[in-house]
Amino acid sequence: MPTKIEKDSLTGQETTGHEWDGLKELNTPLPKWWLYTFYACIAFAAVWVVIYPAFPFQGATGLSGWIAREAVVEQQQAAQARMAPMMDRVREATPEQIAADPELRAFAVAGGRIAFANNCAACHGAGGQGAVGGFPSLADDEWIWGGTHDAIRATITHGIRAGESEEERVSMMPRFLADGVLTAAQVGDVAEHVLSLSGRATDAASAARGVELFAENCAACHGERGEGNRDVGAPNLSDRIWLYGGEKRDIMRSVSYSRGGVMPAWGPRLDPAVVNMLTIYVHALGGGEN
Amino acid sequence: MAAAGYAANLAGPAVVPRSEPYVEAPVRAFAIATVFWGVAGFLVGVLIASQLAWPLLNLDLEWTTFGRLRPVHTSAVIFAFGGNALICTSLYVVQRTCRARLFGGDQMGWFLFWGYQFFIVAAALGYVFGVTQGKEYAEPEWFVDLWLTVVWVHYLVAFGGTILKREEPHIYVANWFYLAFIVTVAMLHIVNNLALPVTLGHAKSYGLASGVQDAMIQWWYGHNAVGFFLTAGFLGMMYYFIPKQADRPVYSYRLSIVHFWSLIFLYIWAGPHHLHYTALPDWAQTLGMVFSVMLWMPSWGGMINGLMTLSGAWDKLRTDPGLRFSVTAVGFYGMSTFEGPVMSIKAVNGLSHYTDWTIGHVHSGAMGWVGFITFGALYWLFPKLWNKRALYSQKLVSWHFWIATMGIVLYITAMWVSGILQGLMWRAYDELGFLQYAFIESVAAMHPYYVIRMMGGVLYLTGALIMVFNLWMTVTRTEAADALPVPAQGGAAPIPAPAE
Repeated sequence: MPTKIEKDSLTGQETTGHEWDGLKELNTPLPKWWLYTFYACIAFAAVWVVIYPAFPFQGATGLSGWIAREAVVEQQQAAQARMAPMMDRVREATPEQIAADPELRAFAVAGGRIAFANNCAACHGAGGQGAVGGFPSLADDEWIWGGTHDAIRATITHGIRAGESEEERVSMMPRFLADGVLTAAQVGDVAEHVLSLSGRATDAASAARGVELFAENCAACHGERGEGNRDVGAPNLSDRIWLYGGEKRDIMRSVSYSRGGVMPAWGPRLDPAVVNMLTIYVHALGGGEN
Repeated sequence: MAAAGYAANLAGPAVVPRSEPYVEAPVRAFAIATVFWGVAGFLVGVLIASQLAWPLLNLDLEWTTFGRLRPVHTSAVIFAFGGNALICTSLYVVQRTCRARLFGGDQMGWFLFWGYQFFIVAAALGYVFGVTQGKEYAEPEWFVDLWLTVVWVHYLVAFGGTILKREEPHIYVANWFYLAFIVTVAMLHIVNNLALPVTLGHAKSYGLASGVQDAMIQWWYGHNAVGFFLTAGFLGMMYYFIPKQADRPVYSYRLSIVHFWSLIFLYIWAGPHHLHYTALPDWAQTLGMVFSVMLWMPSWGGMINGLMTLSGAWDKLRTDPGLRFSVTAVGFYGMSTFEGPVMSIKAVNGLSHYTDWTIGHVHSGAMGWVGFITFGALYWLFPKLWNKRALYSQKLVSWHFWIATMGIVLYITAMWVSGILQGLMWRAYDELGFLQYAFIESVAAMHPYYVIRMMGGVLYLTGALIMVFNLWMTVTRTEAADALPVPAQGGAAPIPAPAE
């Protein structure tokens, strides 16, 4: 196809003289603002690579000397330095001392709130309200392993049955059905008796048959009247607060197969000051004991 | 009005029947597949957007969780909807602008069609059943990658072969962009998917690179999937369909040359901006940022050429809603390609990275640019491919346009707000030096924006369904007998002689 340059009547520009499937192109020069902005971007890039590291050699940092890793370390250190005086005091004080000092206590509650939200809330809920399925509420006055500052700190530090600390909270309820200690009918009777402890039994005869079974198999840990025993982490069975649900079938399942919930040891993971702050925060959720 | 436009198009070059008609049936199949996968992709998008707002909707089944369906959505939109649109239009455009029948003929066209659909289905099944290599936008495992390589090499041969046997002395600008897209995507796909299968009979594989090298290769791939698949390819589409719809010459040949080469040269280096503030060495991050900044004007060159081609034809926007799609697409393209360099600047990225802002940015590009330029092309192509005088209803095109535009606006503004909110919440400290918000609090704060985003998706999907109805009616209804000089057999259009 011979080149045939035409003049576009609307813009006055000439075409390139080519045509494809009826399409033509004008030979309009580059818009000046476009070209100069492009040059400006290139100039910006040229300057930037001199100031900032842009070459793959050891020590080629650019005129500014800026290194991302050093910058973030500096920022972290500066942030830590600002908090250090208070953090040191929280770290070295006992939870009781922190609780008694309004300034320290306010600091610990603020820090404990965010540490709780980022580490504990996934299981225990955003407000420590717990969840059915083995995640106890931390906002009530029912404690499995104790609700004093020291008991809470020990639980947080060493965890429960996680195998991460020699001082962890550990105890194991037998699997009464699975290990052949009780028959299925006996498990049902025990469950009825357990329900009767909080006045919820529906089958008096069955509950009566469970009395002796309970005394023989359960009372050693859970107490004669199911009041629980914090020394071995045996929950109170008479308060209508249930870790794994309070229906008869839930209780039968607990008796039959045991449960054995797990909590990690946070001592090896968190700054001791953070453990202290968590202790204060959890204690203050509503059920802290003295 | 539309009829008049169509008549004008027909009246353009003198029609001289030739022995070899253009390959059209596979192109029609690709056009249908584009519409089908578009609707599928938008539908899954609405579903997973709803899952973000109401997690119960994951149905608690592993196959329908967000993690499995998210790649189904992204791949359906990018590779199934976008890919079919690109292959469809490129095969249509290259034959006409080269005045040559597709290299390989109908057989090649059908192989490409079924080969590519097979790739899509195999990839999607892998995602749902958890057989993926976990690389974003490159999720399919090695055996699916190998199949795509076979198909893609055929695509390159078909497209390149057609250009080589062209009967025009020069190669039209749209074909430069299509060719750059095809060649570069082949290179990206092969390098990023180099992997060793566990055994030949095993679905899983080990990637060849590891650690930060793997991350860099992945984002070199990922960013250029944006650059060459979603940008260069669709610029090719723009360079054919906007001048056609506007019936005007391309604004500037010189600009098209300069912005083509600068875009091709600069885009390939910009990937490291996806890895700001990571283990990637500082020097690579700096280069990723400055190349992204330099990319701004080369990207805008395409926008200028698209918009300025309308000078003298702006009035057509009132009467041709299909053109409205194309032009609005170019507007979204300009906005996204400004937003991108801004987000690549490290200080901005420190706020925007890992937030919904990134998602909003991608969607203004994908819904606004890729989606709209494709809708514009489809509304132009369907009557041509099925030898109809006009679309069934211009009014429905208009409805599609406004509903989809509202959908995009809802989507991207919700994501801007939620993204910036996230970024600010994550970096907020109280006066004692503690984080002000826990991560979960920032998640809870997203809920209203996730609902708005979902509604935006519903609008966009609604628009697409209107398009399906309109195109269906266009194809199936019988037009008045005096409509057209219909080509004799099966719509195989004769190859026109050159204008001069």
